[in-house]
Amino acid sequence: MQPSPVRDFLVGLFVLAGLGALAYLTFQVGGLSWRGNGGLTVYAAFDDVGGLKQRSPVSISGVKVGEVSGVELDELLRARVVLELDGTLEVPADSAARILTSGVLGDQFVALEPGAEDDILQSGDEIELTESALSIERLIGRFVNDAGLKEE
Amino acid sequence: MEDRAGVVDEFRIAVDGVYLSRAGRPVFQGLSCGFVQGQITVILGESGVGKSTLLRLIGGLTRPDSGAVRVAGEDVARLRHADLYRLRDRIGMLFQYGALLDSMTVAENVALPLREHTDRSEADVSAEVDRRLAAVGLSDVGSLYPRELSGGMTRRVALARALVTDPEIVLCDEPFSGLDPLNVRRIEKLLVGLNRELGLTMLVASHHLASSMRMAHRIVFLTDGRAVTAAPEDLARSGEPAIVEFLDAERGAEGPADRSGA
Amino acid sequence: MRGVIERIGLRALEAVSELGRMGVFVGGFVRAGVLPRYRVRRFMDELFDVGVLSLAIICLSGLTVGAVLALQGYYNLARFGAEGSLGAVVGLVLVRELGPVLTALLVTGRAASAMAAQIATMVTTEQLDGLRMMSVDPLDFVISPKALAMAVAMPLLNALFIVFAIFGGYVVGVSYLGLDAGQYWTSLEGAIVFAQDIAGSVLKSVVFGILIAIIATYRGYTAEPTAAGVSAATTGTVVTGSVAVLVFDYAITALWGV
Repeated sequence: MQPSPVRDFLVGLFVLAGLGALAYLTFQVGGLSWRGNGGLTVYAAFDDVGGLKQRSPVSISGVKVGEVSGVELDELLRARVVLELDGTLEVPADSAARILTSGVLGDQFVALEPGAEDDILQSGDEIELTESALSIERLIGRFVNDAGLKEE
Repeated sequence: MEDRAGVVDEFRIAVDGVYLSRAGRPVFQGLSCGFVQGQITVILGESGVGKSTLLRLIGGLTRPDSGAVRVAGEDVARLRHADLYRLRDRIGMLFQYGALLDSMTVAENVALPLREHTDRSEADVSAEVDRRLAAVGLSDVGSLYPRELSGGMTRRVALARALVTDPEIVLCDEPFSGLDPLNVRRIEKLLVGLNRELGLTMLVASHHLASSMRMAHRIVFLTDGRAVTAAPEDLARSGEPAIVEFLDAERGAEGPADRSGA
Repeated sequence: MRGVIERIGLRALEAVSELGRMGVFVGGFVRAGVLPRYRVRRFMDELFDVGVLSLAIICLSGLTVGAVLALQGYYNLARFGAEGSLGAVVGLVLVRELGPVLTALLVTGRAASAMAAQIATMVTTEQLDGLRMMSVDPLDFVISPKALAMAVAMPLLNALFIVFAIFGGYVVGVSYLGLDAGQYWTSLEGAIVFAQDIAGSVLKSVVFGILIAIIATYRGYTAEPTAAGVSAATTGTVVTGSVAVLVFDYAITALWGV
């Protein structure tokens, strides 16, 4: 083919457009920036994680700030959850982590409630105050129990 | 004159006991023939007898079922990929319809072997291409695409391309087919001239009797899966029935101009 | 009864030897392509044929597929009061499945079949033989740049398809169906994660690109040197390519959980 500047320009444009689309999908839509910002990795141990799983969201005041990247058992046979958070956050070291349900029957997520200390969480730190997931069975069991106790 | 099986050393190109079948049909059955260096040998025969296939065997484009095909001492049928490609540097092939790359201009087509195999500068390549095109009588067609050329012009460009790396062996597949008498003469003159000036070994597959008789030093006549080799003048006297039939038919078609011997 | 079994057996053997021939073919142009004779010019030309010329159909199809997804999604989600998740639904379906698969099928129908036809025609007109006699390996000169261009263009076209489709979904969902724009984008971005979704999409499209590149060039290269042969190569590419894409899509989805 005769070298044609028009064709070459169009090819270049095509490649740029394609890469641009890919970049948009990767960063804007796919949210790759979690790791990109030098993510903050913290741990929290719970008695019962309920339906919490990998990629479950982590939020503060209702705003998504990270994800659950793994759940394992620790030496005390409690569930140790690994939280990957946005690296630009400054979260007080005495914050609490609760496992809540989105809506009534929705997916479960970790809600962080900020504490009052000046010290902030660093990567590798452990969140001390944790509240496990509520399970419907236990709730009903407690209600029935309480109701039963009342009648006696 | 009979085919000379077994005497393969004196020929630049020798085919030795080749068997080849296509789609169950036998094409060559123990074919043996030789081609002398520096001569124009015309491969003659009726359509479909295997003239193009013989050229393809020699060029290594087709492998025989058994037998040897020796070109410049090497058995083409058994060469490895790299060696075969190396050998092809010394062979130029003119295909029946030119086989020019339709996505490139005439000049780019002729320049291709130079660009691929030599380190010559662009200016050098350009000048060489112009020279070669002029040598075949085509000077202003460099920027045209093959589809814009006539049949005769395409053949001449293809010839220029086949010669551009100065091969010692040239294979021509039906260079005259479908051309008007003027172009036939043109190409015939080009081929003969090249052979005289450069001593090229030329194999021409053709069923155009008149020009074959004029050009050839020797004729290899293909029939029935075998080859009969003779000088042009001796062909009619060979007594081979297929040859006699062929000559009569072709002479009838071309007019009574070329009767030689009784 | 025995005849049927014999025929099936013969076909199976044929298929296996065909795979073997394909392996040799791929080995040929991998070897050729890796050599330092890198022809940028031809690669650019091929990229134009596969990429730029496919842009129209990819973008148009993207828009319409996104629009249809939004329509269907909206009506079905509305039954559960979940219209707010439209962005997520459109995005996930597109990124994980429809994007790579539809792009691959569209490219197979347009660019791959054209590629096979081109190569098959070159076989018929002895152009590939002409190259061989000039000591130029057709696998290196013709096939390699075409296959490479196909493999490179596919993920780019996939990304463009998805972007256009997301936009198509936006136009229908927000402008036509009255969904809140912010909700569309938030639910979209919230649901899609790079590692599982986007990376998986890119992986699929790269695999499809390589697959179709091999099928189209192989079919063209081994075509019978006749007009019927060219036609068979073209249709064969579309059929084999489409089936291969769908089969590999299932395999990748099942194996990687993408």
